[in-house]
Amino acid sequence: MSEVFETLRTAVSSLLSNKARSLLTMLGVIIGVGAVIAMVAIGRGAAIQMEGLISGMGSNMVILLSGAGRSGGVRQSGSSAPLLLSDAVAIKDECWSVGAVAPQVNVGAQLIYENRNWPSQVTGTTPDFFVIRAMTVITGRLLDDEDDKSAAKVCVIGQTVARELFGGSDAIGESIRLNRVPFEVVGVLSEKGQSSMGQDQDDTVIVPITTAQRRLTRSGIAGSVNMIQIQARDASMMNAVMSEVSGLMRQRHRLDVGQEDNFELRNMTQMLESLSQSTRVMSLLLGSVASISLLVGGIGIMNIMLVSVTERTREIGIRMAIGARAWNIRTQFLLEALLLSLAGGFIGILLGYAASYGVSSFLKWPTEVSPGAVALAAGFSAFVGVFFGFYPAWKASRLRPIDALRFE
Amino acid sequence: MADLESKSIPIIEVRDIVKIYDSGGSPLRALDGVTFRIERGEFVAVMGPSGSGKSTMMNTLGCLDSPTEGSYFLDGRDVSKLSGDDLSEVRNKKLGFVFQGFNLLPRATALDNVALPLVYAGVSGGERKRIAKEALERVGLASRLTHRPNQMSGGQQQRVAIARALVCKAPLILADEPTGNLDTQTSIDIMNLLTELSKEGKTIVLVTHEPDIAKYAKRVLRFKDGKLTADERKEQDRGE
Repeated sequence: MSEVFETLRTAVSSLLSNKARSLLTMLGVIIGVGAVIAMVAIGRGAAIQMEGLISGMGSNMVILLSGAGRSGGVRQSGSSAPLLLSDAVAIKDECWSVGAVAPQVNVGAQLIYENRNWPSQVTGTTPDFFVIRAMTVITGRLLDDEDDKSAAKVCVIGQTVARELFGGSDAIGESIRLNRVPFEVVGVLSEKGQSSMGQDQDDTVIVPITTAQRRLTRSGIAGSVNMIQIQARDASMMNAVMSEVSGLMRQRHRLDVGQEDNFELRNMTQMLESLSQSTRVMSLLLGSVASISLLVGGIGIMNIMLVSVTERTREIGIRMAIGARAWNIRTQFLLEALLLSLAGGFIGILLGYAASYGVSSFLKWPTEVSPGAVALAAGFSAFVGVFFGFYPAWKASRLRPIDALRFE
Repeated sequence: MADLESKSIPIIEVRDIVKIYDSGGSPLRALDGVTFRIERGEFVAVMGPSGSGKSTMMNTLGCLDSPTEGSYFLDGRDVSKLSGDDLSEVRNKKLGFVFQGFNLLPRATALDNVALPLVYAGVSGGERKRIAKEALERVGLASRLTHRPNQMSGGQQQRVAIARALVCKAPLILADEPTGNLDTQTSIDIMNLLTELSKEGKTIVLVTHEPDIAKYAKRVLRFKDGKLTADERKEQDRGE
């Protein structure tokens, strides 16, 4: 035991006696470990953002858009059939696998309250929308079927809108004008924060879809909607929703067998999953590129240790002459390599944390340092030390004392 | 009983030692059938011109190199066929080296240099320090414990090396031109120190090409062309 401690002491003093070189040798591992941690943190940040996007959008979502008809792969702009509010009603009534349906009309609008102005996005939709998006109010109430039926001129507003128009004061019961049409504010939504795409989800106004169609849009086709959000009853019914809705829409659009769909049905969950899959691939790629630099760092350690063995051949000879066994010499050089790479790994971990913090605070990218990556980097740097330290250490221990002593 | 036995066994016995180097073309017979014994407590000088094989003889006696043929009994044990780690142990326990170039670790203090063999002998830290200090006091360097080799004179460095040769209580000290790098007065001091150690019972084998230095020894082995050509004992010692 005291032998090992003594060897450790020797290794430390040997590294300290050549500080600049030790630091430069560690640099490879420092950069490698730092890069692995930072890259994995960025990758994980992106993945967590994707997860947020999925859960923010609502789960088990299919989106129906009025895609242009295609003929032989060529988009035909004229043959596009609009989506109607009645389509949404039909989907909800006739498709068994569908849980909730929220048709949407989106209009950009100038909001006016007294002398304040605020440009925002107005969404006309049905009460199912709140269910799908998991939206709640902090004051007032949500829109209901009654508002829809009567095309009431009522709205719920997001936090940002409430702040911009009303400052701190109570908005409920006040009248705001959306593109000059007066609406009564009946509810203020609870805060949703920034979406993962950087959009302010609280900068929104929601009105009954019927009201939006009658008062806010000037589209040519009565009853048309921009898109219909459809939520399956549960995750296992996604495919059933796809085929049921598709069948119903083909029927409603009177498409013959062999004719292309003139609407677009997107399985959002699948899309997001493939997106997050590519995020994972990206972070894996970043991680492996960073690992290569760790490997290069290890080779740097081996290089310096080989130089060190040559330089200290005489010292090795002296140690052997007075009784050092091959094991002692090997342990000494192995410990030096291990110390170099572990110290480098430790500094690299700090650097990785700093880099992740820098990326998230200056570039505004979300990052998440994963404890797994830290453990992996630390373990890998120890492995690098042992692996790349072994050859020089072995070489040193194989020296014949007589040759080592004669070495000038 | 053990003591009696150890008295009857010579500290060194070499029989028909042959050492052949085949580096570069024709093989060179550096040692060509050397046989001699050295008893415990003897002070022996090995002399000869360069290329005579005396250095090879020293390396063989020091277990730094193995003979090609023949056997070498060190303290009764045949060490000529031992492998690397066993030889390390033999060097640690049985031998102390004193080199011409001192061969101290440049970055270590005198105390650490002297304590180093004890590290490999597995002696604990506190004990090492005590023994090393004692050895340095023995060679007259009690005031130089924390000095590094480059802060000491050649004579002081050689004393550190001698102290290092003493710490493991090895019965045999091998000195290879120990005064080769020293001035005359310092050489005399070092030789006196070795003589004292000899009187205390250490066996000392000294390689030198200077007759003045060889005078300190009681017996001279002369080498030429890899052969032992003369074994001279001083008259006055025979009677002792």
